[in-house]
Amino acid sequence: MANLDIVKPENLVYTKTKVLTDNVMHYCPGCGHGTAHRIIAEVIDEMGIQDKTIGVSPVGCSVLAYNYFDVDFQEAAHGRAPAVATAIKRLNPDCFVFTYQGDGDLAAIGTAETLHAANRGENITMVFINNGIYGMTGGQMAPTTLVGMKSATTPYGRRVDLNGYPLRITELLATLPGTYYVTRQSVHTPGNVRKAKAAIRKAFENQKLNKGLSFVEICSSCNSGWKMTPVQANKWMEENMFPNYPLGDIKVDGKLCENITAERLVLDHPLTVVNK
Amino acid sequence: MTEELIIAGFGGQGVLSMGKILAYSGVMEDKEVSWMPSYGPEQRGGTSNVTVIISDERICSPIISKYDTAIVLNQQSLDKFENTVKPGGLLIYDPNGITHEPTRKDINIYKIAATEKAQEMGISKVFNMVVLGGFLKLKPIVGSEFIHKGLEKSLPARHHNLIPQNEEAIEIGKGLIEAVHTL
Amino acid sequence: MAKELKLMKGNEAIARAMIASGTDGYFGYPITPQSEVMETLMAEKPWETTGMVVLQAESELASINMVYGGAATGKKVATSSSSPGISLMQEGLTYLAGAEIPCVIMNAMRGGPGLGTIQPAQSDYFQSVKGGGHGDYQLYTIAPSSVQEMYDFVFDAWDIAFKYRNPVLILTDGAIGQCMEKCYTRDYIPRWTEEERRQHAPWGTWGKPATRSHNIITSLELESSRQEVFNQKLQAKYREMEEKEVRFEALNCEDADYIFVAYGTSARICMKSMELARAKGLKVGLLRLITLYPFPKKQIAELAKKVKGMLCVEMSAGQMIEDVKLAANCSIPIEHYGRFGGIIPSPEEVLEAMEKEIIK
Repeated sequence: MANLDIVKPENLVYTKTKVLTDNVMHYCPGCGHGTAHRIIAEVIDEMGIQDKTIGVSPVGCSVLAYNYFDVDFQEAAHGRAPAVATAIKRLNPDCFVFTYQGDGDLAAIGTAETLHAANRGENITMVFINNGIYGMTGGQMAPTTLVGMKSATTPYGRRVDLNGYPLRITELLATLPGTYYVTRQSVHTPGNVRKAKAAIRKAFENQKLNKGLSFVEICSSCNSGWKMTPVQANKWMEENMFPNYPLGDIKVDGKLCENITAERLVLDHPLTVVNK
Repeated sequence: MTEELIIAGFGGQGVLSMGKILAYSGVMEDKEVSWMPSYGPEQRGGTSNVTVIISDERICSPIISKYDTAIVLNQQSLDKFENTVKPGGLLIYDPNGITHEPTRKDINIYKIAATEKAQEMGISKVFNMVVLGGFLKLKPIVGSEFIHKGLEKSLPARHHNLIPQNEEAIEIGKGLIEAVHTL
Repeated sequence: MAKELKLMKGNEAIARAMIASGTDGYFGYPITPQSEVMETLMAEKPWETTGMVVLQAESELASINMVYGGAATGKKVATSSSSPGISLMQEGLTYLAGAEIPCVIMNAMRGGPGLGTIQPAQSDYFQSVKGGGHGDYQLYTIAPSSVQEMYDFVFDAWDIAFKYRNPVLILTDGAIGQCMEKCYTRDYIPRWTEEERRQHAPWGTWGKPATRSHNIITSLELESSRQEVFNQKLQAKYREMEEKEVRFEALNCEDADYIFVAYGTSARICMKSMELARAKGLKVGLLRLITLYPFPKKQIAELAKKVKGMLCVEMSAGQMIEDVKLAANCSIPIEHYGRFGGIIPSPEEVLEAMEKEIIK
């Protein structure tokens, strides 16, 4: 069958949402950003809120996210997206406001802004892409880098005595009364993509309730930074990231989930991993 | 007419509000005014002072180093500001707690036993108005009807019932002030 | 809110002017000597009357970035702080300038460096008009020298900010912030309606309708050639401001042999020094700078042809004097007199400096 036959409308079973632009994404093949962008755009489309959505992009790999979403968008200084989003939402309460940030942006340089936006219960959606590394600047240690994990600035592996512990900011935020929905998802399998999209949908729907911050972590691989093939990276993520960053809802409708015990919230001894 | 004065004392003596009432009275009489406080940690329990300028003309600097009048309500303020009074100017002090009397011979010096009088009459809260009354007796730079308006503007509405008491204190002050040294 | 004559502090005037000028949002963090700005706003509760949003942020870093977010939606958003806080805000300021976002920032300067003192100073001149943050940019910088000007300049600041899509800095100091003077307030200018907001800020992130492409607020441009074109556009805007928006007040300059050059509190001191000088028969004038950027270069150059010398008075170690000397092309004696660390010079010592350094 020729290409032209395939693109006939009657053969169309799935299409790119109109909330994504036609710009070619700059992300590495195998990266989770593209999928994460897509499900957010689909949710905006399905909710019919394209004309009311304002996004805030970070500094990091997704600094250019504004080129891909066909909604009004602002690019924040490194770490400051929650402060930027706070004011956008407070001044435009009828708009749907979301931030899209990586681990260095959200959990290192922007920790204060993240924590205080959550603690004020800002009625926004925060999407947090955690790949355990600084991707854009060339694979340096992030606050979420696992113990033992090698990076450009921990060439012999992260050591607790030198570098401290991996920061599980998602669990930390769940303990604040200002957060209404806190969850950790991934986008590395079709099943996980569906779950992650449902979580994003809930996080956007929550803005209508005015009950606090909705926070969706997407645990993602960085095959370039981790120096693996995409398939290896996904497998490595399942084996090493997920035990440290368990998937699933942590807090729903303002209440900690039943399976979220004190031990689950506070991982006393982070698991040590080995990468090449 | 330009009157440049400094009021100084302990925090809590109502130094800033005395200045504010005087300044607001000036505003009501359509004069130019400025009110410049010392601020910062010294407010909190230490000494407090405010420079008030009332004039018929545009006021140059709200911060000055020589005054027509200094009203000092404790020893530290007397020590600090006695020498800043312009020759021929006026110094008013409350003798309460004063161990070293002022010594200058080129200025007019008056005292007003406002602390003692206010305690005796049970009107400690309007102690500063007794002092203000003493000053206005010597230098009636704003009319009493404007002082009334100044009180109305300076005090929050919920305290307007206290205006008569304030005005009474001003009158008491006018009778209380006495000369120590005059030119 | 109607026209009224009140006695108020400079800081209070800023807050009241923000409400009266239809400001949509204020985001701040407490710091002496300007905390009364936010305190006044919180006590006034404008969210119940005009709908203005007021929020105490977790830091100056957050508050300036809240300004960046809120102002990017085309609303009138402001903040205020004092020197150490303004240093923290430099990151946000360069983003605001780079993304051409109108907004208003007030700096009530205090003595530095570091934590310094909380007393008045004018030692942030370089920071205000020579950058502060990274990159080639300018803040429209206006220096009130009275409580009335603190009030009025907020209104003027909004006009300039939106006319040029540029941040406006109201540069004052602790003395004017804390000082109470007479102030004529103005009638309330209603906050913009949704329609007006879209008219004034077609570039804003207020939600993309089907009729236009998405608006992007960013200061990022990875392509150097395009970044250079953008920088040229910014520079052209600054030249236009320099052409059209210079403000100053010349007092007794017509017959003056010598003039003081000063702004803000120093200019007030100099007014008194000038009065003392005139009483002594000295023909002294005062050029009070109102805009520090754009700087009144032409006016200083003109005056330099007429007078025998200038004394720059600034509560700093001598910052503004560099621009005065450049403008006058060093054609006459120009000296600096300043006190710093929170000390305000007396009118007498300023006049003495004029007599000693310039008149001789």
